[in-house]
Amino acid sequence: MDFKQWTGFDKSGEWTKEIDVRGFIQKNYTPYEGDDSFLEGTTERTQKLWDKVLKLYEKERKKGVLDVDTKTPSAVNAYDAGYIDKNLEQIVGLQTDAPLKRAIMPNGGIRIVEKSCEAYGYEVDKETDYIYNNLRKTHNDGVFSVYTPDIRSARSAHLLTGLPDGYGRGRIIGDYRRVALYGVDVLIEEKKTELEILNVDEFTEKVIREREEIHDQIQALEDLKKMALRYGYDISVPAQNAKEAIQWLYFAYLAATKDQNGAAMSIGRTSTFLDIYIQRDLENGAITEKEAQELMDHFVMKLRMIRFLRTPEYNELFSGDPVWVTESIGGMGIDGRTLVTKNSYRVLHTLVNLGPAPEPNLTVLWSKNLPENFKKYTAKISIKTSSIQYENDDLMRISLGDDYGIACCVSPMRIGKQMQFFGARANLAKTLLYAINGGRDEKSGKQVTPRYEPITSEYLDYDEVVEKFDQMMEYVAKIYIKALNAIHYMHDKYSYEALEMALHDKDILRTMACGIAGLSVVADSLSAIKYAKVKVIRDETGLAVDYSVEGDFPKFGNDDDRVDDLAVNIVKQFMRKLQKHITYRDSKHTLSILTITSNVVYGKATGNTPDGRRSGEPFGPGANPLHGRDTNGAVAVMNSIAKLPYEYSEDGISYTFSITPSTLGDNGDTQVKNLVNLLDGYFKQTGHHINVNVFDRALLEDAMEHPEKYPQLTIRVSGYAVNFVKLTREQQLDVINRTIHEKF
Amino acid sequence: MKGRIHSFESLGAVDGPGLRYVIFMQGCNLKCKYCQNRDTWDIHGGEEYDVEEVFEKILRYKNYITPNGGVTISGGEPLLQSKFLIELFKKLKKENISTCIDTSGNVALTDEIKELIDLTDLFLLDIKCINDDICKDLVGVSNKRELEFARYLSDNGKKMWIRQVLVPTITDKEEDLNKLSEFIHTLNGVEKVEILKYHDLGKFKWENLKLKYPLDGYRTANEEDVKRAKEIMGLK
Repeated sequence: MDFKQWTGFDKSGEWTKEIDVRGFIQKNYTPYEGDDSFLEGTTERTQKLWDKVLKLYEKERKKGVLDVDTKTPSAVNAYDAGYIDKNLEQIVGLQTDAPLKRAIMPNGGIRIVEKSCEAYGYEVDKETDYIYNNLRKTHNDGVFSVYTPDIRSARSAHLLTGLPDGYGRGRIIGDYRRVALYGVDVLIEEKKTELEILNVDEFTEKVIREREEIHDQIQALEDLKKMALRYGYDISVPAQNAKEAIQWLYFAYLAATKDQNGAAMSIGRTSTFLDIYIQRDLENGAITEKEAQELMDHFVMKLRMIRFLRTPEYNELFSGDPVWVTESIGGMGIDGRTLVTKNSYRVLHTLVNLGPAPEPNLTVLWSKNLPENFKKYTAKISIKTSSIQYENDDLMRISLGDDYGIACCVSPMRIGKQMQFFGARANLAKTLLYAINGGRDEKSGKQVTPRYEPITSEYLDYDEVVEKFDQMMEYVAKIYIKALNAIHYMHDKYSYEALEMALHDKDILRTMACGIAGLSVVADSLSAIKYAKVKVIRDETGLAVDYSVEGDFPKFGNDDDRVDDLAVNIVKQFMRKLQKHITYRDSKHTLSILTITSNVVYGKATGNTPDGRRSGEPFGPGANPLHGRDTNGAVAVMNSIAKLPYEYSEDGISYTFSITPSTLGDNGDTQVKNLVNLLDGYFKQTGHHINVNVFDRALLEDAMEHPEKYPQLTIRVSGYAVNFVKLTREQQLDVINRTIHEKF
Repeated sequence: MKGRIHSFESLGAVDGPGLRYVIFMQGCNLKCKYCQNRDTWDIHGGEEYDVEEVFEKILRYKNYITPNGGVTISGGEPLLQSKFLIELFKKLKKENISTCIDTSGNVALTDEIKELIDLTDLFLLDIKCINDDICKDLVGVSNKRELEFARYLSDNGKKMWIRQVLVPTITDKEEDLNKLSEFIHTLNGVEKVEILKYHDLGKFKWENLKLKYPLDGYRTANEEDVKRAKEIMGLK
């Protein structure tokens, strides 16, 4: 292949012969080890445009949603072109024909769409409603037509929680860069070749399914071209400059958000790729640094405007309506060169130019070998905005190479070569209570699992609890995989992500991404049973409803091996139990320790636990210790969490860390250096992920009382960032009560 | 070898350069009225730890405190337990972990102390008050040995940060601050001069011990006080 758009690129290697974005990057990118002094502020155009967006935000905040198209089921090419202000926008494209107007996506489930519309005072168009209620089966219908009674009862008892059976599974990252580099026609040709490979003698179910999927992928790519044409761009050919590269890439991502209301719609690892185009234009004198920043500002502005129509319950679970437009930044290459470029700075600099924001979910891939200047810059922006999360590149590069990206909060996957079946999480704290109660729910008293032998002794015996907990985990793992197999079979069948999958290779690695909630509660409970005395308090039916702890016990989050080892073991045990079960499409079992903000909702559904946690109280988010239990300072917590084995939890281990500025040091420069040292230390210790918040408790309390003063206040919670003022009061209190370290 | 230790802090960012593992030694030979760790005075208090035990605790944090930070020994008065610290510091040196002592320097310069000084990379030297009358009243002893200690560090090429706790109306007199500044100018190896705001966050510890807080009625220092002191002393 050769294109005039590729003039000036190094064309050696395989990338001109086949789809190989990584090869292109490696041959053409310019590592940058300098500082941030080259960065530029906003242009007048950016300022005007952003002001308009802020006004729209304000209207949206008042109404809940700004507008809904209740008639047109969303699809890649379902809407006319839409603009904020055509004369100002450098990067164009909206999900529907007007800014912040939300689309309906009934393939996931019509009831969810109906409920979401009703919640905001809208009604689904009668004809559309009729079609999806009577003529077109949805993902949600599919799942519930095969769910077994054990799955249903585990689900309604909140033993399995947040399952994507009523909403889009998401967490698939299309390699949107391919569209910019090759143009859509090359990608279609490639897919046609794949179809030919699948023209085989044995026309098995697997072959037929794959042929149908690729057929749909080609259709989606054709639609993508048509959608771009509505905006006046022919993206059948490669992008020829920086502006086009960003535009092409954004069109591809935008198409994905028109096709799917996924729980997480991450964008991948794009900034260093784009830097190649920007660098070429800068060297040719085609653009200035100011113009380059403007393009990135406008691109990010668009990413900040991605919206989905979701139910209030969903928003309660995840705090607002997050999209997880996760962009992975930096990291190191296999050859030892850093993948940090000037554009890694530019994308982070949007937090300064446009102010802090939860989206896109800016994720720095940290390595001890990152350029010192870049480390300092990210720390500086973290301290200023609390909007960045960090993940351990040195840990992930071992198995994932140097072209992976993060989907959602912490889930790494090789771009265009790997996808996951998102599996939400099992509530292990509840599992422990079920072990004690023989499968009866501690709140309702209902028999949720088959009848197991309950514990009847007055005091809990460690060995007995461990044995019964093991059996109960065995049961939960079994129904958990059953449920996920059903969900993903039906998602592929009724709500296949044709556009995103068109931007993948033919043969990809699929992971079955399970998760656990309540890890620190279980670890502390087992520790209490082992090192203190735990007396069971039962109601008249013999149901254990409360526990009284006599004596002290080691608590997770204090770098105490006695309890940290318990936590490590729980992760290993549960993972091994999951691995016993066959997964849909032979996907690889993985596990995450991540709750996002749902630790509040899961806690609400879980009764008193043997560690002394009261019924209804939130769990620690992700892998965090329970609020207030970490008394040896932040670094002891980091050590505890870093012990959790990434090899058994490859879908990510999330830690949310909050600290006051003065604890980090007495002046800005010291704070930056100390944060860098802290991150270096945590990741050398093999920690996987960390959210960094730097703020005073007083600021949050003020923001609770006066939300109008803090429209852009962003805080990081387990795996992503949220607008503090959009949280429910309950969640706000949870954040404030969560340990904000005033000492290390 | 055992040492008496009041407590550990897994990391501090304000007690020496970089991130520091901080150990608070038990026992003190001064009676500072503004003491924020009143519970560290009693030389029989705290808990006993082996050198090896403490060393292992520190190693757990090696990834955070190297190469830019280190270990800071505070207290109490660390120099009262020099034997223990000599053993500990020898081990830390082997691991390339930087050592720092937060002290008033109010001890005799014995051979043992000199050996410890040798093993210490940085001193946070708390000059209580350059005005000896005020010093005696504020901390119970003369500043003579303190100043000699500083001189010894200076003569032997040691690095130090000089710290002055600013207590309004006691240690903030213009004349004294000028004198302090003059004294500091005669020293070599001073990397930093820190003006620490007097605060009463340690007051509850006195109350827990059923003791009257000596500085009741004195106000805590604020940014303005620090700014003024720095101006007098010609500090940035």
